[in-house]
Amino acid sequence: MGDYLLAWRNIWRNPRRSVLTILAIVFASGLLVFMLSFQFGAYEDMIDSSVRLSTGHLQIQAKGYQNRPEMHKVIKNPDRLLGKVAALDGVDAVTVRSEAFALAAGARRSRGIMVSGVRPDVERRISSLPGQIRKGRYLRDGDVNVAVIGALGAERLQIDIGDECTLIGQGRDGSVAATVVRIAGIFKTGIDEFDRTTMQIPLSDFNSIFSMEGGAHRIVITTKALADDRPVAAAVRMMGEASGLTVLTWDEMTPGLRQSIELDLIGGIIMYVILVIVVAFSILNTFFMAIFERTREFGVLMAIGTKPFRLVKIMLLESLAMTCVGLLTGMILGTAVTLLFSYYGIGMGESSELMAQYGIADRLYPRLSPLSIIIGPAIISVVTFITALIPALKIVHMRPVAALRG
Amino acid sequence: MSIVEVEEVSKIYHQGKMTFKALDDVSLAVDKGEFIALAGPSGSGKTTLLNLVGGLDLPDSGKVVLDGNDYSKMGDGQRADLRLERLGFVFQSYNLIPVLTAAENVEYILRLQNVEKAERIERVQSILDEVGLQEKHNSRPDELSGGQQQRVAVARAIVSNPAVVLADEPTANLDSKTGEKLLEMMRVMNEKRQVTFIFATHDKMVMDFARRIVSLHDGKVAGDQKKDE
Repeated sequence: MGDYLLAWRNIWRNPRRSVLTILAIVFASGLLVFMLSFQFGAYEDMIDSSVRLSTGHLQIQAKGYQNRPEMHKVIKNPDRLLGKVAALDGVDAVTVRSEAFALAAGARRSRGIMVSGVRPDVERRISSLPGQIRKGRYLRDGDVNVAVIGALGAERLQIDIGDECTLIGQGRDGSVAATVVRIAGIFKTGIDEFDRTTMQIPLSDFNSIFSMEGGAHRIVITTKALADDRPVAAAVRMMGEASGLTVLTWDEMTPGLRQSIELDLIGGIIMYVILVIVVAFSILNTFFMAIFERTREFGVLMAIGTKPFRLVKIMLLESLAMTCVGLLTGMILGTAVTLLFSYYGIGMGESSELMAQYGIADRLYPRLSPLSIIIGPAIISVVTFITALIPALKIVHMRPVAALRG
Repeated sequence: MSIVEVEEVSKIYHQGKMTFKALDDVSLAVDKGEFIALAGPSGSGKTTLLNLVGGLDLPDSGKVVLDGNDYSKMGDGQRADLRLERLGFVFQSYNLIPVLTAAENVEYILRLQNVEKAERIERVQSILDEVGLQEKHNSRPDELSGGQQQRVAVARAIVSNPAVVLADEPTANLDSKTGEKLLEMMRVMNEKRQVTFIFATHDKMVMDFARRIVSLHDGKVAGDQKKDE
C-alpha cells in the first residue's frame, strides 16, 4: 500500500465524479487525435492536389515572372539545370513548362485561354492532370498539333474530342503565334478556374508556335516528401546555373492556399483551446471538491507526521492516474476512429463543391501520424497537471489544526 | 524527567475583531508513563492544550517541550518528523483513511517511517491482534463498528512505539461498554509499554481510568490531582 495505491483508491472514492472526469479526458484526447489527423490529412490533400496539378513543390523561374508573367521572361537554357536538379537528394521528378495567353476559337465561339506547353512523358509522373482526363486521352510523346483542354473551357468554346481549335497569340519575340490544334482529351480537375482557362499542348509544339528559342518559363520540381521542399530549394539556390533565377516553394507560389490552411488551423486551435479549457475545469472541479471533502483527513495525516508535499504528491498521482487512463483510452479510441475513416473517408456532402475549388476530392481521408496522435494528448496532460497542481498546492498552506476542524 | 513540559503557555484565538484566550499562562509537566486526563467543560482549553503538546499548533507565549525538543525552535517539517517518531494520536471521530483496510491504516504510519516490509507486516499483525481485531485485518473502516474503528485508531497510534499518545475525546462517540473496553485496552498498553497517555475529555469514565486529572477552566489550570497520592 504505497502512495500509488492510495492515490488509485482515492480516485474511486467518488466513482461517478472520477468516471466523468476521465470521460472528459477520453473525449478531448480522442477528439484531438481524430481532428488533428483529419486537419493534417486535409491540408496534405490540399497541398498535394495543388502541387500535383499545377505548381509542383518548387519552381525555378526567371526573376519577376511569378508576379508579372511575360513571354520574354524565360530560363534561357533549362536543360542545363534539369539534370543537376534531378540528381539532388529529395527530388522526385523535374520537368519544364512554358505558357502563353492565346485566343482560342472553336467553330462557333472564341475565348481567351492559357496555353501550357508540357512534356507529356514527364507530366505523367509529375502531374495529376493526366489522371483527370474525363473524355479522350492525354497527350503522348510525339503528338503534333494536339491539345487537351479543361471541361469548362471546352463547354464555353463548344468543342469536343476531335474538333479543331485555332490558337492565336504572341510569340516570345513579339511575332504573331498561330496554329490549329485538334482536341485529344478533355480533363476535369474540379477546380473551375483551372478547368475553364487551361489548355495543354506538347512543349515541342509550344516552342515552335511561340518562338521560344530554347527558353522555358518554369522548371517544375516535385520532391519525394513535402518536408523536402526547403532543403531542395536551398540546394538549387546554391547552383551556379541558377544564378539570376528565382527558386520558389509551393507556398510562395500559392500564398492563398497557405493562408487558408493557416486560417483553418487557427479556427481549429481556438476550438481545441476551448475543449482543453473544459477538461481543465473538470479536473479543477474534481480536485477542489476532493480537497474540500478530505480536508479533515489531510489534517489527520499531517497530525500523524505526513508532510504536506507528500500529500501534494498523492493528489498529483491521482491526477496523473486519471489523466493516463483517460489519455490512453482516448488515444486508442481516437486512433481506431481515425483509422476507420482513413479507410472509408468522410463524404463532404454539400461542401464538396467548395472543396473542389482547392482541388480536393469529395471525400476527405484523415491521416494518422505520430504528431497527430501525440500533440493533443500531450497538451492535455500538461494542462491537467498544471490544473491539478493549483488545488493540490493549497495543501502546502494547510495548518494541521485548521484542517482537523474541517 | 518530564516527557512533556508546558511552561507558562498562552494561546489567543482571533475571530474578526473578537479575541478569545483559550489558554492563559498554563504550566504542566507530564512524566513518562503517566495516564493523564485533561478535564474540563467545553471551551476550557483542553483540546487547545492537547494540540500544543502535539505540536499541531504553537503558543502565543510560553513554550512546549516534548522529550527534550522545544517546539518553538523547530520548523514545520521538524515538528512533523517529531510527531511521526514520538507521538501517537487518537481522535474523537476515529479518522481512519476510508480507502485503506484496518491493517493498511495501521501500516501507513510505519511506511512513513520507512520501516522494512517484513517488520511492518509483523508489527501490524501483532498490534491488531493485541487490540482484538484478529479477524478484521482486511476490513475497511465502513465495515467496522465505531468501537472497532477506534481500536484500529489506537493500534495506529501505538504501532510506531511513540513516547506519548494524545487522545482527544476518544470515547465520545462510543457507548459506555465499548468505551470502557477501549480504556482498559489503553491502560494495559500504558502499563505494558510505558507509553504516556494524555486524554482531553469531559467523560467521567475516562477520568475514573486516569491516574492523574488536570482540570482546566477558562483556559487556566484549576486543579491537578494525582490519584496515587
